[in-house]
Amino acid sequence: MATPMVRAESVHKSFGRNEVLRGIDIEVAPREVMCIIGPSGSGKSTFLRCINHLEKIDAGRLWVDGELVGYQERGGRLHELPDREVCRKRSEIGMVFQGFNLFPHMTALENVIEAPVRVKKEAAAVATERGRALLDRVGLGDKMDAHPRQLSGGQQQRVAIARALAMQPKLMLFDEPTSALDPELVGDVLNVMRDLAHEGMTMIVVTHEMGFAREVGDSLVFMDSGMIVEAGTPRDVIGNPQQQRTKDFLSKVL
Amino acid sequence: MTEFTADPPVPPGPPRQRPAAIRAVPLRHPWRWVAAVLVVLILAGVVDTFITAPYLRWSVVGQYLFDDRILEACVVTLYLTAIAMAVGVTLGVLLAVMRLSPNRVMSSVSWLYIWFFRGTPVLVQLFFWFSIADILPYLSIGIPFTHVMVQASTNTLITPLLAAILGLGLNEAAYMAEIVRAGIISVDHGQTEAAQALGMRRPQVMRRIVLPQAMRVIVPPTGNETISMLKTTSLAYIVTLHELFFVSQEISFFNYRVIEMLIVASIWYLVMSSILTVFQYYIERHFARGAVRGLPPTPIQRLRRMLFQFHAVPPFGSDAEPDVEPWLPPAPPHSGM
Repeated sequence: MATPMVRAESVHKSFGRNEVLRGIDIEVAPREVMCIIGPSGSGKSTFLRCINHLEKIDAGRLWVDGELVGYQERGGRLHELPDREVCRKRSEIGMVFQGFNLFPHMTALENVIEAPVRVKKEAAAVATERGRALLDRVGLGDKMDAHPRQLSGGQQQRVAIARALAMQPKLMLFDEPTSALDPELVGDVLNVMRDLAHEGMTMIVVTHEMGFAREVGDSLVFMDSGMIVEAGTPRDVIGNPQQQRTKDFLSKVL
Repeated sequence: MTEFTADPPVPPGPPRQRPAAIRAVPLRHPWRWVAAVLVVLILAGVVDTFITAPYLRWSVVGQYLFDDRILEACVVTLYLTAIAMAVGVTLGVLLAVMRLSPNRVMSSVSWLYIWFFRGTPVLVQLFFWFSIADILPYLSIGIPFTHVMVQASTNTLITPLLAAILGLGLNEAAYMAEIVRAGIISVDHGQTEAAQALGMRRPQVMRRIVLPQAMRVIVPPTGNETISMLKTTSLAYIVTLHELFFVSQEISFFNYRVIEMLIVASIWYLVMSSILTVFQYYIERHFARGAVRGLPPTPIQRLRRMLFQFHAVPPFGSDAEPDVEPWLPPAPPHSGM
């Protein structure tokens, strides 16, 4: 069997005395789209942020593409990775945030080519060409030179997706990408994400969009208070939940 | 397969007739007039008292306003301001970054620096640098335990100009550090996270993402600091630097016209700080890019609009003032500019 793109083994994470993740076990295969649902405060976003080492895990093991996240195992001990290595690994994982987090002092195109030029040291011309193509692909070919504040939320989020894709990542993390959007703008963003899934991108999507989870997701995980309550295919988890907690949650969001 | 699209918009109803624009009788404000007249009278009284002071010689002011010594002193004041601010800003950015560093030693040293230089008067610091030769007659740099070193007499090294630069610049750095730190903190943490998620290194994140956005918060108080510095340079008279205040006082020792010379100096300080204010305005406007939808008007644009609108206030609801870009008024055909 191929190496899983993401593997988590009993991942724990606390903020002070608040234990946010209490033993997460997960496996995401290459080209798989996994959706994570759950009430707010259940640790979904924290887990996502652990995958690209924006948060350090306290216990357990976490691998991306067969390599430990943030550490290196030598002589039976874990050694923290130098900053340079952490950054290199992050550059291979795209992340899309709930609040977009576009760079407001740059145009849409500048947002997209910033990391390829600064991190990957690509030639500006090459990065610009691909940046234009990416913005075209997310339907913003006419907004290249707009600043984020001149764009709607849905347009900003699509620029953010293009920005992440510009690094040609092997894994995309979506942290509630449509939660901050007006309802009528959600569709455009979800369409871009669905196309991406169909092209074979490995994706982990924290979301409240049940329609998207059901139609696009290969697997669905329901998390509550730092633990995985139920996992399986979207059809099974949504259509035939086994746990009472899952049933309660689904009855409120469906 | 479902497309994730929204419902089509509801078609608008039949167009309704727009009611006539309101033309009401404006409310009168008599007390505003009373207050205005009172303030103008008081101001006129004060100005009159000083302008017609019996022993004030305005001719002396005119005689010395463009005196070569005064003009040269203005230049000294300006470049001392520029150099001291350059030292202050550079060191201030460094101190701010140190202060926010996860390295405890770095942040403590920065804290200590700010504590010391903000806690002692700048006049004392100026005099300290000027008098440092008293305790350190020689300054030397060398490799320990060898005889390889460069040595110089402190007296020749610390000129009045250098003492002034050290005194004003090092003091300014402490204030700038706090301004820059406030600017850095004001940038949403999501920006740092987004940049890190793209694989950017710490210094890159600071230089490319955080500092450019922090500038919007840093620039206005820095402009104030620069204008403040322009006037604080007058304290450099204590280190015998021939700046504007020192020279104007020096001249008054000979012609005994103290107040007249102070007026000469004040006129030049006002001229220079006014010019700096205009610079500040344009720099702030530059860094507002991306933060506001339209840029605020330049003073010339504002003046043009004021002249234009004073005579012809567009009626409510007319098309004369578009809502799309409220900052940029339509260019009048003949505005006289």
